[in-house]
Amino acid sequence: MSELEAFRESMRAFIAEHAPKSLYGTRRGRFEAYWGGRKAKPEADVKRWLDVARERGLTAPTWPREFGGGGLSGEHARIWDEELERLALPPPLVGVGLTMIGPTLLDYGTVEQQREHLPPIVRGEIRWAQGYSEPGAGSDLASLSTRAVRDGDFFVINGQKIWTTHADKSDFIFALVRTNPNVKKQLGITFILIDMETPGVSTRPIDLISGWSPFCQTFFEEVRVPAKNVVGPVDGGWTVAKALLNYERSMIGEAMSGDLADGESELVARARRALGTPRGPLPDEMLRQEIAQTAMDIECFALVIAGLQQAAQKGQKPGPESSTLKIVASELKQRRWELAVRVAGPEGLGWEGPNFDDRDLATTREWLRSRANTIEGGTSEIQLNIIAKQVLGLGTKA
Amino acid sequence: MNLIRDEEQEQLARSVRDFVASSRPLERVRQLRDSRDALGFSRAVWKQMAELGWTGIGIPEEWGGSGLGFPELCIVLEEAGRKLMPEPMLSTLLLGAQSALLGGTPEQKRALLPRIVAGEAIVSLAYEERQSRYDLGSVETVARRSSSGVFLHGEKVHVLDAPAAETLVVSAREPAGITLFLVDAKTPGVEIVAERRIDSRSAALVRFNGVEVDQAAGLGPAGSGLELLRSVVDRATVGLCAEMLGAASQAFEDTVEYLKARRQFDAPIGSFQALQHRAARLLIELTLARAAVAAAAASVDEAPERLPRMASLAKARVSETFVHVANEAVQMHGGIGVTDEFHIGFYLKRARAAELTFGGAAWHRRRWAELAGY
Repeated sequence: MSELEAFRESMRAFIAEHAPKSLYGTRRGRFEAYWGGRKAKPEADVKRWLDVARERGLTAPTWPREFGGGGLSGEHARIWDEELERLALPPPLVGVGLTMIGPTLLDYGTVEQQREHLPPIVRGEIRWAQGYSEPGAGSDLASLSTRAVRDGDFFVINGQKIWTTHADKSDFIFALVRTNPNVKKQLGITFILIDMETPGVSTRPIDLISGWSPFCQTFFEEVRVPAKNVVGPVDGGWTVAKALLNYERSMIGEAMSGDLADGESELVARARRALGTPRGPLPDEMLRQEIAQTAMDIECFALVIAGLQQAAQKGQKPGPESSTLKIVASELKQRRWELAVRVAGPEGLGWEGPNFDDRDLATTREWLRSRANTIEGGTSEIQLNIIAKQVLGLGTKA
Repeated sequence: MNLIRDEEQEQLARSVRDFVASSRPLERVRQLRDSRDALGFSRAVWKQMAELGWTGIGIPEEWGGSGLGFPELCIVLEEAGRKLMPEPMLSTLLLGAQSALLGGTPEQKRALLPRIVAGEAIVSLAYEERQSRYDLGSVETVARRSSSGVFLHGEKVHVLDAPAAETLVVSAREPAGITLFLVDAKTPGVEIVAERRIDSRSAALVRFNGVEVDQAAGLGPAGSGLELLRSVVDRATVGLCAEMLGAASQAFEDTVEYLKARRQFDAPIGSFQALQHRAARLLIELTLARAAVAAAAASVDEAPERLPRMASLAKARVSETFVHVANEAVQMHGGIGVTDEFHIGFYLKRARAAELTFGGAAWHRRRWAELAGY
């Protein structure tokens, strides 16, 4: 038996012994699992699953053991995930701490910052939010104006952040703040970690067109944050911010490939209900073409991801395809849900209430939610700029 | 399925690319077209490709082949496709050799495959008819068996490289169903009329006026031809997709270079966002197309049960991508893009011709849905 096979066996045994039976088959989207945090009240089995997994370092399988990670290679971590997927078990813990700020601290944080912040993430004790955009700084992120002024061992922060996902449920926020307003805008930005229980921090939810909203505005009024919470150099936060953005975009792309996986079967099932055709060829050739077209592009996208994973396992650097993931995934998600609503026909117009099928109601909300996918995490237009400039080398006027 | 290239495959791609460039294909395609060349390619170049071992890729060593697999064949096709190489790879190595390989008896393979590998035999598959429109089972050409032999009557169209063919593989209907027959192109009653098509790929109309062949000329048992034809055309479709991917990539790269070089309003036109975003869109489409072609090429050897789905996935995606890239390439080149003197128009014509070979995007989407049970 190879070492990897032996590892897979050990993961199977671990799961068989420890995974609560009530969680089998409950895996949904990649981020539909326990997010942790001070305010969370997990069910007993969810908590038990988290505790046994973190004892083995399996909430953050690739992080170093000294911070509570599993110290595993990417290949081993994939096996762990494959075994969870096989039994449709949810990951024991998900969130921005594991996917965004944690990796960023591993790359750019001091040892003290790593020791302070990584273990609580791994244990599911601290939930993180992201404070990047501002009302006046969307695609032009570097024009942000939330001010941080040095006062001894502290920075005093005033301003507001927008689209702070789940800020109302989070314990810490990593934020970009302006420490120097007198230089080129990218050169006066600092990356800082803020405890949201600090006096002067407040949040307010934002309602979206879907009626669902994880988003908030977060306000900072004379908030005193220890200077030791600055990640990277003061005024040197833009580099850290961009590194995290790259991480965020490929995470969004990969996460969405999981969300897209059931696209074809779900669209076909919906079409069968809507058209009253329980089996055989769909009688509407145009609809059939559209479903196949979307399903085939989803399959192509899954193959791009699979190719990137194979390349990563062989230690090859990701090619230009990685820069296309976010835009492809977000647009496919929109196409999928928009088509689903059209397949449902007038039944897809329900907003709420018992007159409508719950699946149709959920689909309509998903469609509205998906309109944000090409805006959040860098708009499609910004992604196209990045591809044109950084991959194709199409410069500015010179 | 293996979706990325290893170092040996990269090395193969580089050597094919160098050879392709040195054979000046675009100039030759133009010259062959203008001189109304009877063959439509160069026998000397084909012979050189055979000497380099590339005509034996995808053919087992026992029949003289190199033992390399289908993904390697696709690499050669992709590189050849970059410069629109006119040599008869699609006809002979895919449609012809694969028919013999998948359907032939050991005697038939021994007679044909080593000669293909040596660059001596050009083989064409005559399966399309006026009415068939991608339906491989729509065959009106008939085969009548008598005690002495088999007589073929009918007409085939768009038979690739038939003007140069030594052997024709012909689909014909008989009471048992459709059968493929090997026919010597010089047999009395075979009439080959060259077609002139937009992309200068050599093709012909072929009539079979009571052509007599031996009882043993059938590939496989009587009536087994449709299934065989499906397998052969699926493989050829994947090969064509690789060729199209190469051509689309080259047209795209040439266009990006033009966007950097061409200046208007005192700036390179590639500095204008209206063009930058469209160029980025093309890169995204090529990324999806490349993944689909890699998967389809891998499926031939690694997961043949998935080949029909993967072939349709690749052909639908690559057809749309190549046509889109070619249309945009001409548009972004502006006036020079629509001149015959400039090369980009050859890519536009090839994109259309390739899209409409073995079924276009809509046809393959329909097949994908059928294979998935809806």
